[in-house]
Amino acid sequence: MTIATGLWDDRPVPLIELDGVSHAYGERAVLRDLTLRLEEHRIGVVGGNGSGKSTLARLLNGLVLPTAGRVRIDGLDTAHEGHQVRRRVGFVFTDPDAQIVMPTVGEDVAFGLRRLPRAEADRRSREWLERFGLADLCDHPAHLLSGGQKQLLALASVLVTEPDLLVMDEPTTLLDLANARHVAHLVAELPQQVVMVTHQLHLLDGFDRVLVVDDGRIVHDGPPADSLAHYEALVG
Amino acid sequence: MQLLRREQPALPGRRLSARDLALVAVFAALVAALGLFPAISVGSAVPITLQSMGPMICGAVLGRRLGAASLLLFLALVALGLPLLAGGHGGLAVFAGPTVGYLVGWPVAAYVIGWLTERGPRPYRLSWGVVAHVIGGIVVLYVFGIAGLVWQAGVTVPHAVVINLPFVPGDLAKAVVAALVARGVFAGLPDRQPSISRVR
Amino acid sequence: MRFLYRPGSSPLHRCPAGAKLLLLVAAGVGLVLLRDPLPASAALLAAVLLYPVASFGPRVLWQQARPVLPVLVVVGVLHGLSASWPGAYVTVVGLLALVLLAALVTLTTRTTALVDVVVRVLRPLRIVGVDPERVGLLLALGVRSVPVVLDLAAEVREAQHARGLAASPRAFAVPLVVRSMRHADALGEALAARGVDD
Repeated sequence: MTIATGLWDDRPVPLIELDGVSHAYGERAVLRDLTLRLEEHRIGVVGGNGSGKSTLARLLNGLVLPTAGRVRIDGLDTAHEGHQVRRRVGFVFTDPDAQIVMPTVGEDVAFGLRRLPRAEADRRSREWLERFGLADLCDHPAHLLSGGQKQLLALASVLVTEPDLLVMDEPTTLLDLANARHVAHLVAELPQQVVMVTHQLHLLDGFDRVLVVDDGRIVHDGPPADSLAHYEALVG
Repeated sequence: MQLLRREQPALPGRRLSARDLALVAVFAALVAALGLFPAISVGSAVPITLQSMGPMICGAVLGRRLGAASLLLFLALVALGLPLLAGGHGGLAVFAGPTVGYLVGWPVAAYVIGWLTERGPRPYRLSWGVVAHVIGGIVVLYVFGIAGLVWQAGVTVPHAVVINLPFVPGDLAKAVVAALVARGVFAGLPDRQPSISRVR
Repeated sequence: MRFLYRPGSSPLHRCPAGAKLLLLVAAGVGLVLLRDPLPASAALLAAVLLYPVASFGPRVLWQQARPVLPVLVVVGVLHGLSASWPGAYVTVVGLLALVLLAALVTLTTRTTALVDVVVRVLRPLRIVGVDPERVGLLLALGVRSVPVVLDLAAEVREAQHARGLAASPRAFAVPLVVRSMRHADALGEALAARGVDD
């Protein structure tokens, strides 16, 4: 079920399938009967507060399970094979303070590798810390980092596990312009498939496909310029 | 049908789920924050902190299991050398001192308060909360504190009781404030009030 | 967050954390079993002499002793009145020795080294259902959460001041608890996303 794209020969892009997916918190419907097939390399999701876009993101790694329908990542059902799904899907949240779980920078990056032999985990952690310019801060307490550094650490801690798909829920909302650009630049370079939920529409330039979510439904689906025009019109 | 809808256990057995781990860790940190922020400045030399409300708030908000766990974790962090006790104290030394009984009593107090709160009326009622806090946070806690004084410092039980008397009015006030806090929290987040069905 | 640990390279700093903890427990048990002026005095002397060994001056020693002194005075007087004065001496001197020794372990041992000891000590308890790695994770999460919640508390306090609210304990604690809960929810989600439940 894996599709190789020309540009990213070395890394197959997983196939994301949503089949009649609905989600409700109690009585309140958040997503209504979504059927989607996502196999592009860069996928953006836009929508207002409470539109259901964050829930959509959380469906992709089984953090939220559909109350009806099925979500599959490369054929793996998030409801029954969540464990395997989460090993292939990395998730970056809005608030890095909630995402960094270990006291020091180095420990947090190594956390995702806790099931690997120590030497291998150390080697891979170091590699990612260097790539993100955090190597000198390895033994640094995470809370002393700046906001931008924290989000870089959160991203490094997810990427160190080498996921096939990276889901990001408003990863730059709490960052200043310079840091937001830096993170966007790093993400643009990644070989992985990326699904990014964002309010910062310029981050979606160069994406392959952008979904517009409103009231639990996909109201538009197309190339970025198209979708963003639709979204602007929707907001009014 | 609130009573019939049981929270499905995320994991088999008694292992704490990711959500439980997070609540326990954050509320252990909350107990520290209550101690390090002088809540009431009455112009006295000794800042009055709300740390001794920690077991009450954790028990009332998290219920017996997670409430007790958060206080246990708090004590473990203190033992590991974090200066989290009111006034910036910490380390293993505080467990060698004569007031060790009160510290050991905190998780038990949180458990008792959680147990009582889970069995309380819904929506949360202030009077029930105050009674729960007095039973757990004063009666149970003082038993541990007195036992500690007797065992660790060799004073007699009556003397140990006398040592506690000056603290009673302040602790009664804290029992009331903690119940007001719990009511305030549940007013905004009614589904977070602990209940028997949620702790399985 | 400042830890009580003070970096150094003394023999006590280099001594394994497990050994130090074991010796501390042994001292505690010994002082309870031998309730006598001689071992209590010897323990206090040893504790005081170990501070220079760890390259700590008298100021550090005093900082460790000062917080317990008022309680020890009260305890000593009560013990002397209700039991005996030699007994009061043994109790006060023994407690002070233990407090100083325990503080010494804390001053010379990194938190992470102590966490490793805890995880190792708990390993045999796996049979009765204790998961030592999970306990280690919980301790690390606690260490990580303290500065985050302190920041939340500072924000709540600032918001209170900005709105000109009096510093009432309730007006401080309610928003702090609510924000802590929200933060815990987000943290729990992040832990689940990073495979903690798998």
